[in-house]
Amino acid sequence: MNRSERTAPTFDAEIAREDFPILHQHVHGKPLVYLDNAASTQKPRCVIDALVRYYERDNSNIHRAIHVLSDRATRQYEAARETIRRFLGAADTREIIFCRGTTEAINLVAHSYCKKFVHSSDEVLITQMEHHSNIVPWQIACEERQAKLKVAPIDDRGEIVLEAFEKLLTDRVKIVSLTHVSNTLGTINPVRAIIEMAHRKGIPVMLDGAQAVSHMKVDVQELDVDFYAFSGHKVYGPTGIGVLYGKSRWLEAMPPFMGGGDMIRTVTFEKTTWNELPYKFEAGTPNVEGPIGLAVALDYLEKIGIDQVSEHEQTLLRDMANRLADIPGIRLIGTPRERAGAVSFVLEGVHANDVGVVLDQEGIAIRSGHHCTQPLMQRFGIAATARPALALYNTQDEINALIRGIHKVKKLFGV
Amino acid sequence: MTATIDDLIDDLELLGDDWEERYGYIIGLARQMPAMSELDRMDDNKVHGCQSQVWLTAKTVAGIPPRLEFRGDSDGIITKGLVAILLLAFSGKTPREILNYDVEDMFRRIGLDRHLSPARSNGLHSMVKRVRSIAANAEGLCAAAEHGGDCGMPCQPH
Repeated sequence: MNRSERTAPTFDAEIAREDFPILHQHVHGKPLVYLDNAASTQKPRCVIDALVRYYERDNSNIHRAIHVLSDRATRQYEAARETIRRFLGAADTREIIFCRGTTEAINLVAHSYCKKFVHSSDEVLITQMEHHSNIVPWQIACEERQAKLKVAPIDDRGEIVLEAFEKLLTDRVKIVSLTHVSNTLGTINPVRAIIEMAHRKGIPVMLDGAQAVSHMKVDVQELDVDFYAFSGHKVYGPTGIGVLYGKSRWLEAMPPFMGGGDMIRTVTFEKTTWNELPYKFEAGTPNVEGPIGLAVALDYLEKIGIDQVSEHEQTLLRDMANRLADIPGIRLIGTPRERAGAVSFVLEGVHANDVGVVLDQEGIAIRSGHHCTQPLMQRFGIAATARPALALYNTQDEINALIRGIHKVKKLFGV
Repeated sequence: MTATIDDLIDDLELLGDDWEERYGYIIGLARQMPAMSELDRMDDNKVHGCQSQVWLTAKTVAGIPPRLEFRGDSDGIITKGLVAILLLAFSGKTPREILNYDVEDMFRRIGLDRHLSPARSNGLHSMVKRVRSIAANAEGLCAAAEHGGDCGMPCQPH
């Protein structure tokens, strides 16, 4: 490889923005500044076109027909699985399960894994910074299996207390599930260290990657993670499609999550046998256009270069966090050493919702509330935060607009 | 600032399209509204909302017909101002008046209807629902009383 091949072209967010039709509009008479990317990202033209193309040319039910349309749809659907396998660095497409999103992926593992491997008086270990989607499915499963849900604490910076985590990692723990990147705090967790720690005791680890995959390169084999979940719509793909990666030895051993078409080999009224992986976990007619659109989104991201995106976002993120922290009355919630995507803050004397309402008037979209992390809010003794979160198409000008907007909030509320 | 809901509608219509002035006005309403006691801010009085919390208490004032008096609060300032507007519209009215009042239309007139939308999940939509259900309940109890029923109603005299 020569030098020119190694040096990637410089990333320019202003140019990338051109690929996202939705960004070019005015809200309340102001140019839209979209900073609600941790909730959902916008879609590039190529993804929108792929969905339209699918419905205009190829729409058909997959896997079970011999006609041309079904063949085309099936090929694209399975090609998408291969793209996603490559994107995650998985060994085999059999380990890539399509589902509705991260929530469903976690529910699948919580249900099927726990049914097989978690028994009375066993434990499941999560952390204090989890999204409700990585709490409730385990709660349900633990209740069913009469197991115990244990919660590893976090410190004031919003980082997992590793010593406490290690202490909680007893022989009773049958699975660990935690977020790769916190949706509320932006904390990047030391997942490699945690996976090693758990594996030393033979305990598998599931990562909620919903807030990670759009911001950094993820390689499931390098991480040696057992289960990894993410949602398409948070990484420039369509809504309603998500991915569960699972090591085949776990997936093979786990019972199906749902029963129906496509997941069976033979059915009689007496006995049904399951289809092979990944179909065992894909009951019913799937979301066909979802994986196709998602694969185009991931190709788009890889073409730009995830490292370039990451570098661009990190520069903006540092600037955004520093300038917010400098505003009198603002307190950042979470000051982790490694951060991706989001910054959470409270403004003294003003509810986060009020911040959001006023910023909206300025054309700036952020999220305010508990971000589906109520236990985390309780940990910090607050009801809600305001959370701007970045994507590849955000610019320095937009950070400037956000800071100006916050000053307007302060003026309006007299704080 | 404002004595009746009609005065408030006039005020807000006068402010026109300047959102800063409108929100300034709503913030003013919130600041004038006395905060609820911690006791009243209990979970039973909480109206479900995701982004900000709203509390609501109701009491029946005897008369013919009886009237419902509401108090409310929110941890969000703008939401609290909007709660103040709803209280102005509903509090001190008879159950029938409450049920007949088109609050969505009023919020449309003052240009704040999107805050009432269930999608906002700021608690206001749920608050309106709860106010209406309290009124419907009171109305039903009164109707039962008129039929000579012994209903253990909050409204009296029969």
